Amino acid sequence: MKKFLVILLLAVLGYYIADTYFDIGFGQPHFVKSAAPVKDIYLAKTQNPLKVSNAVTSIVVNFRGFDTLGEVTVLFLAVTVLGSVLYKKRHQVGERSVLFNSSSIVTSGSKLLFPAIILLGAYVFIHGHLSPGGGFQGGVIIATGFLLMLLAYENYSVSHTALSIVESLAGITFAGVGLLGFMHGGTFLQNFLPSGVMNNLFSGGVIPIIYIAVGFKVGAELTGVIYTVLHEKGENNG
Amino acid sequence: MDNTLFGFLDYAVYGTAVLVMLIGLYGAMVKKSLLKIVIGLSIIDSGLNLLIVAIGYYKGGTAPIFSQGFLENFKSVSKMVDPVPQALVLTAIVIGFGVTAVALALVIRLYRHHGTLNIDEIKNLKW
Repeated sequence: MKKFLVILLLAVLGYYIADTYFDIGFGQPHFVKSAAPVKDIYLAKTQNPLKVSNAVTSIVVNFRGFDTLGEVTVLFLAVTVLGSVLYKKRHQVGERSVLFNSSSIVTSGSKLLFPAIILLGAYVFIHGHLSPGGGFQGGVIIATGFLLMLLAYENYSVSHTALSIVESLAGITFAGVGLLGFMHGGTFLQNFLPSGVMNNLFSGGVIPIIYIAVGFKVGAELTGVIYTVLHEKGENNG
Repeated sequence: MDNTLFGFLDYAVYGTAVLVMLIGLYGAMVKKSLLKIVIGLSIIDSGLNLLIVAIGYYKGGTAPIFSQGFLENFKSVSKMVDPVPQALVLTAIVIGFGVTAVALALVIRLYRHHGTLNIDEIKNLKW
């Protein structure tokens, strides 16, 4: 009975949502109808004063940089909540909740793959302003490398102090670059470095610096999340 | 040929996104296990992200990256798809990750306290 009600409700909801979007139409240039669409202004400014190749990066880090600072703060808050909800007394930490040992193929294979994964993550966030990718994506790739090591080795441990130092330094770099822009140009997160030549590694002013900081921060935070959840032991209730 | 293909895609992309959202909502409303409810919430997230990205696309547009090939072949920036929804989805994915992580932490905490994940057995959690 409840399932039937839910399906009926979802059918009505789905009909109205889908109908709205079918009216808009897929692939129509519906944001381009006005005389100066916001998309073209963003793209033109990305190409000319900023000289960043990846327009998504220039929007995320430059035009909406303050929003990205808030987003990174939300991520930090999530990690803090995770740590405080799953708190442990100090002597109970250290047992892992995974019940099986990994074979020697997995351990040696992950030892081989780990540096390559870290390198790929670093590549993705250093080239965030040139190619698809960026700080968030590169940080997630780095965290998957640590996940592989944590799953393969039973007593592989990540230092919480090192993680929090990396995270704080990256956050300070982000906010500090913003404050430097305050001093040089008059607004927070103002681009005060020279833009360089388009499609070069050193281009785009402060955008690569901020994205590298974001990459370190996201990588450290996600590794912390994985480590906290993986070392959660189920038996001691309360 | 091209026209009929786009006529089909017109309904397929938005339809898929809405369908994914509805599947997630169904899972979040009907399932009994708390883990499955959290999975349902993250499926809603995926459907919503697909929907937002699909709005920004338009026919014949290229990726919003000023690569060497784009600068040689196309002259105007109006051939690019809208980068604003993509940037918004990048934000939404990160927020979705935070929500999922906090929800899973609360589920772990509830499991530690009650020893079960079934919401029928936990008092005050049934609708």
